[in-house]
Amino acid sequence: MAEQRNGPRAERAHRTREFDAFVAGAAGRLLHTATLLTAETRTRNPYAQTLLTAALAHTYAVWERLRDEDPYELTRRDLAARFARTAWRHHGGRGGVLSALLPQERLVVVLRLYEGVAEEQVAALLGLPEARVRAVHARAVATLRAGRDSTGKPAGRTAA
Amino acid sequence: MSRYEDKEAAVRRLLDTPHPPVPGHLAGTAAERGSRLLRRHRAVRRAAWTLFALALLAFVLWASVAQPWEAPAAETTPPFDGL
Repeated sequence: MAEQRNGPRAERAHRTREFDAFVAGAAGRLLHTATLLTAETRTRNPYAQTLLTAALAHTYAVWERLRDEDPYELTRRDLAARFARTAWRHHGGRGGVLSALLPQERLVVVLRLYEGVAEEQVAALLGLPEARVRAVHARAVATLRAGRDSTGKPAGRTAA
Repeated sequence: MSRYEDKEAAVRRLLDTPHPPVPGHLAGTAAERGSRLLRRHRAVRRAAWTLFALALLAFVLWASVAQPWEAPAAETTPPFDGL
């Protein structure tokens, strides 16, 4: 890999290197998030991969204009928005742990509990009032617990 | 810890499973698509600026010819009953 100092090509190579480093570090976690959203399984997640590729392509396109913004956060936001737009295609679960939930419930649960995004940020991201996000979250948690209890797992209190 | 937080923690554990394996082509495909996106954005921006410059030029030319700020010449001449 010869260093080339001829304007746009060197710039592009530099950007690609930085981007590759970012993807190498973040793709595993982001793909896990995407797979939880689409309710696919760990080994078979074509929709999640498509979503993540599109979100990462967007991040690559704005890479030069990222000032103090965290590329991970940007990609996560784009991923969530993309999923929200196309959620009707991912309606039914495909065997993931969140298959029992609706797409919007999955979005709220994953952003709140897995990604640890604050409630008001989730509300802003989805364009919903905070009270609604809280309600969806509570319903989703209840559904998940009920599902677990009915499949013979120990009830919430005992799981420590 | 409240009952609700207990449940939240249980769901959090449910979500915290090992990450799926990342296909090797993912970064390359994303970079490829990203650079295509970038090229398209640049082309659109360039076209918009070109259009804007052309419109501005057309306006300046028209204005310098038509001079719409000049009061229009009187259409009728006031009657002049000479002497």
